[in-house]
Amino acid sequence: MSKSKLSRRDFLNLAWGTAGALVATELSFVGFKFLSPRATDGEFGGEFNLGAYENYPLGSVTPIEVGRFYLVRLEDGGILAIYRRCTHLGCAVPFDQATGKFTCPCHGSVFTNEGDVLNQPAPRPLDIFALSINEEGDIVVDTSSPIQRDKTSAEDILYV
Amino acid sequence: MIEKESLPKRIFKSIQRDPLAPKDDRGRMKMVMNSLILHIHPTKTPKAALKFNYTFGLGGLLLLLGTVLAITGVLLIFAYTPSPDAAYESMIALQTEVFFGNLIRNLHHWSGNLMVVVAVLHLLRVFYTAGFSKPREFNWAMGIALLLLIVGANFTGYLLPWDQLAYWAITVGISLLDYVPLVGEPLTRLLLGGSEVGAATLTNFYGLHIAIIPLSIFGLVSFHIWRVRKDKITIPRKIEEQADKTKVTTVPHLVSIEFVFALAWVAILLLWSAFVNAPLEEAANPAHSPNPAKAAWYFMGFQELLMHFHPLFGAIIIPGMGLLGLFAIPYLDADMDSVGVWFRSVNGRWLALISANLGVIGAFAFVLVDEYWLDLPGWLPFLPSSISNGWIPMAGILLLLIAFYEALKAMKATACEARQSLFTLLFSAFITLTIIGIYFRGEGMAFIIP
Repeated sequence: MSKSKLSRRDFLNLAWGTAGALVATELSFVGFKFLSPRATDGEFGGEFNLGAYENYPLGSVTPIEVGRFYLVRLEDGGILAIYRRCTHLGCAVPFDQATGKFTCPCHGSVFTNEGDVLNQPAPRPLDIFALSINEEGDIVVDTSSPIQRDKTSAEDILYV
Repeated sequence: MIEKESLPKRIFKSIQRDPLAPKDDRGRMKMVMNSLILHIHPTKTPKAALKFNYTFGLGGLLLLLGTVLAITGVLLIFAYTPSPDAAYESMIALQTEVFFGNLIRNLHHWSGNLMVVVAVLHLLRVFYTAGFSKPREFNWAMGIALLLLIVGANFTGYLLPWDQLAYWAITVGISLLDYVPLVGEPLTRLLLGGSEVGAATLTNFYGLHIAIIPLSIFGLVSFHIWRVRKDKITIPRKIEEQADKTKVTTVPHLVSIEFVFALAWVAILLLWSAFVNAPLEEAANPAHSPNPAKAAWYFMGFQELLMHFHPLFGAIIIPGMGLLGLFAIPYLDADMDSVGVWFRSVNGRWLALISANLGVIGAFAFVLVDEYWLDLPGWLPFLPSSISNGWIPMAGILLLLIAFYEALKAMKATACEARQSLFTLLFSAFITLTIIGIYFRGEGMAFIIP
């Protein structure tokens, strides 16, 4: 019989210790998942069906109140869904139809209609939501998680 | 021969084992030892430590505020519904229908806010009398953890009225957390239960506010007080004198002072809450931000920092270094001779006074210069903002602090006194930033004269 360096006592201590750590990890995971956010369709945090994209005129910004975002149709026909929350400290940013810009009332950040920063303190462009066109040709916006971007890019915009 | 007791006397003695009016010191000491509540005290207390202007009763006041908060808090649970539709109506009902509803809410609100202030004062008292010196280092760390929990309790409670003030202060406050790299975003989502403050946030904050945070505080406070009892209180003394170690019995000498002190504070809290109402604005409206939107008052120092530094510095590096320094202070301390002496020495007193004033002037100067003249990102547009608005001003401030430290040494400060002065400077600068954030910021967060 070969002599193991691990004594019987050490082995049992290690085995029970590992089992204890495993239980703690499992229970933490269960607790964490239990508390994690849930989402419902048609409410903020879920998916929104906004109907046919032809209903939104070129060069328009339409606030979707329940979804807390703006549906932006650019002059060239591109579509994007811009989250209302300011990237500086979370205030609700209204769209100023007269100037065609987003102006935050709290700390003075200004954004273009594509969400790009014109005036700090906002550190990055406004967040966007994932947007797709389903089989019926309706716009579907998924508000479960806002997409952060360091710079605006052409990939943010959906062309049909 | 065993004396026969009457049944009522036997029942009473089974509950209260010692006579309530002990005749000698031995009886008075037994009374403390055998009592569940009183045994947080030793049976005898150093006479010198009873001096009011040593501890100012700040730790005791925190316990009293905690008790008031627990009682009023439990009462409020019965009159409050944690849902966006009903929360604000609960507030209106407290003001108009519930008997003493306003008084109980006011007591809870003001005691909670006062607790943050008193906890900070308690920290300062312990700091300036070197009450954290060996073997009390870990108890200081627990004290810092308790301060963070108290702020957490205040922050989670702030949302519950669900008015405009609550909604936007929490929105702005939690957005500060969003700037922490890696963990900030997932932690914010978990706390909010989504992307922004909503029904899930209210449920989360309610659970944290009434269960998790109070239970954590209760556990940690028990540990904290137990350690104070084990390590014994530091004894105050004058600079050239030895500590007077004479002891007196805790009953009545300490307990009677505590009782009167607690009664006086209950009177102050009741009077204040009877006449000054806790703020309540119109119901929360997620579509309309007020101008300016400010975090809760105890976070305004951080919001002010964020206005001058890149988020990486304003939200992480500077507060992180501050917190780390706070935890490290007692472990750097080697001067056991100055325990119990205010500000350690005569020189220490002068240097602390100078540093406190420099902190106020320095913070104001920094804010004004950065507001009206300094524009590093504009002057150095080719650099990323984390360098022009982070590393460069940070390096400038560190150089100034090093120069200050050298100046202290030139003024014959010992290592302890120099550290104390540095802490004083930074602390008073932080308080000044908080005051600037609260009172000197108007519409669009522009600098104003209040």
